[in-house]
Amino acid sequence: MMLLALDIWFILEKVALIATIIGLSFFIAMYTTYAERKVAAWLQDRRGPNRAGPFGLFQPLADGGKLFFKEEIIPLTSNRFLFILGPALAMITALLTSSVIPWGASYVDGSINIPLQVADVDMGVLIVFGIVSVGVYGIMIGGWSSNNKFSLLAAIRGASQMVSYELPMGLALIAVLLMTGSLKMSVIVSHQIEHGWHILYQPLGFIIFFVCALAECNRTPFDLPEAENELNFGYHQEYSSMKLGFYLFAEYINMFISSAVMATLYFGGYDIPFVNESAWGLSPLMFSLMSFAVLMAKVLFFLFVFIWIRWTIPRFRYDQLMNLGWKKLIPLSLVNMLLTAALTLWLNK
Amino acid sequence: MSTMRLTDRAKAVDRRPMTFLESLYLWSILKGMATTLKHLFRKKVTIEYPEEKRPFSPVFRGLHVLNRDAEGRENCTACGLCAVACPAEAITMEAAERLPSEENLYREEKYAAKYEINMLRCIFCGLCEEACPKDAIYLSQTFAPANYGRKGFIYKKEELLIPHPINQREAYEKALGDRKPAVKA
Repeated sequence: MMLLALDIWFILEKVALIATIIGLSFFIAMYTTYAERKVAAWLQDRRGPNRAGPFGLFQPLADGGKLFFKEEIIPLTSNRFLFILGPALAMITALLTSSVIPWGASYVDGSINIPLQVADVDMGVLIVFGIVSVGVYGIMIGGWSSNNKFSLLAAIRGASQMVSYELPMGLALIAVLLMTGSLKMSVIVSHQIEHGWHILYQPLGFIIFFVCALAECNRTPFDLPEAENELNFGYHQEYSSMKLGFYLFAEYINMFISSAVMATLYFGGYDIPFVNESAWGLSPLMFSLMSFAVLMAKVLFFLFVFIWIRWTIPRFRYDQLMNLGWKKLIPLSLVNMLLTAALTLWLNK
Repeated sequence: MSTMRLTDRAKAVDRRPMTFLESLYLWSILKGMATTLKHLFRKKVTIEYPEEKRPFSPVFRGLHVLNRDAEGRENCTACGLCAVACPAEAITMEAAERLPSEENLYREEKYAAKYEINMLRCIFCGLCEEACPKDAIYLSQTFAPANYGRKGFIYKKEELLIPHPINQREAYEKALGDRKPAVKA
C-alpha cells in the first residue's frame, strides 16, 4: 500500500468544498451586515438601507467598495509586521473553524460517498476550541502593535474576556461530550438524529454555551473590546481601509461559524425534527441539498438572535462581565457537567 | 411632612440586592427582547423624503411671493412698510413712478423698481405680510432651496413675483397654492 498515493479526485473534491464554504462564509457575512442594519432599523421602527438596489440589497457591496478605496494608513510608531499580521490572523482563524463542521448529510450514490465536511477528524470539537482560542491573538496583536493606549486597553480587555468565557463554554461542552461519547462532529450530529436534539437534554448547557458564544464573538452585550464610547473604537482604532474591513468581516464570519457550531452541537445539525427524512426516498443530491438547507435555516435563525440581542440590551460593565463569567457561569456549568455525568452513569448502569 | 405629588405614577425603586437568578439577567433580557420583537411588527415611522413629503401646517411661513391682482398688475406700491416692519432688516426696495404706458403692469402710480429679500437674514416671521396694506406680499408654502453662495440667497423681484394670472394661468395657480386669490382692495 502506498501511503503517499494521493487521489486527485479526493483533492479536487476537498478544494471545491473549501472554496464553496469560504465563498459562502463571505457571502453570509456580507449579508449579515445588511441584515444587522435592517433588523436594527426595524427594531427601532425605521426602514433601514433601501437606496442601493432593490430593498437596498447592494448596500453591502457599496460598503465593501468604500473600504477598498479608503486610504491605507499604517502608523509610523506601530510595528509594521505585527500590524499587518493582526487582521490576517483574525480572518484566518475565523475561516479555519468551518473546516470541521458537517454542512449537510453525505452525498451517497452507489460507491461514491462525499461527506459535506472538509475534515471529519476525531477531535473535531477540540479543533474548534483550539482555533477560537488562537483568535484572541488577532485582537491582541492588532491592538498591541498599533502602539495606541486605547487599542492596547481594548486588546487586553478582549483577551481576558475571551479567556474567561472559554472556560464555561468548554465546561458546557463537556456535558454534551459525556452524552455522545465522541469529539467527532459527525458522530455528535448522528447521535442527535437517533436520540433527539441535545437542547432537550442540555437546556442550561445551551444557554451557557450561547452566552459564551456572544462573548467569544465580541458581540453586544460583551462588545467591550470595541466599546465605542469609552475606547473610541477599540482594538482596531488605528486600522483603516481593508485591514479594518478584515476585522469587521472576521467578526461577522465568527458569528456565522459559531451559529453553525451551536446548531450542530445542540440543534441536531442538518436534522429535521419529528420526521425521518432519510425514508422519503429522495435522490442523493436532493437529500444532501435539503439537509444543507435545513442547517442554513438554523444558522440564519441564530444570526437573527445575535442581531436581535445586540439591538435590545446595552453593554455590560467590565466588572459585571467578569462577575458573570467567573462567579455565575462557571459554577453553573460545573453543576451542569456534574449532573450530566452522574445521570449518564446512573442511566447506563 | 407634606408629600407633594404631581401625578400618581411615582413608583418606589426596589433596591433589594439581586438574587442569584436575577443576577444572571436572563429573565430581564428575555423581557427586553420581547419588547423589541413587538417593535419589529410596528408601523415604520420613516417618511421617505424625496418621494414622500410631510404636509406643511396651514400656517407655515415659507418663501415670499409678490402678489398681482386679477388682471396681472403688481400690487406693490413700494411704500416701504414691510421693510420697516422687518425685524431682520432683510428687505430692500427702490420706488419708481409709473409711466402712462405702464398702466397694465402696475396697479397704482408708484411701484417697486427694485425689490430684494435676503433669505439668509429673513427669519420668516411674516411681519411684512401683516404690515402690507396692499396685500402685495405674502409667505408661501415653499422654502429656499440650497445654494452654493450667499449671493444666490438674495432674491430679486423676478424670483419673488407671482406668475401672471392670465398669461401663465397654471403656474399662477400653482404658486397661489391653497391661498385664496387676492380680494380687490
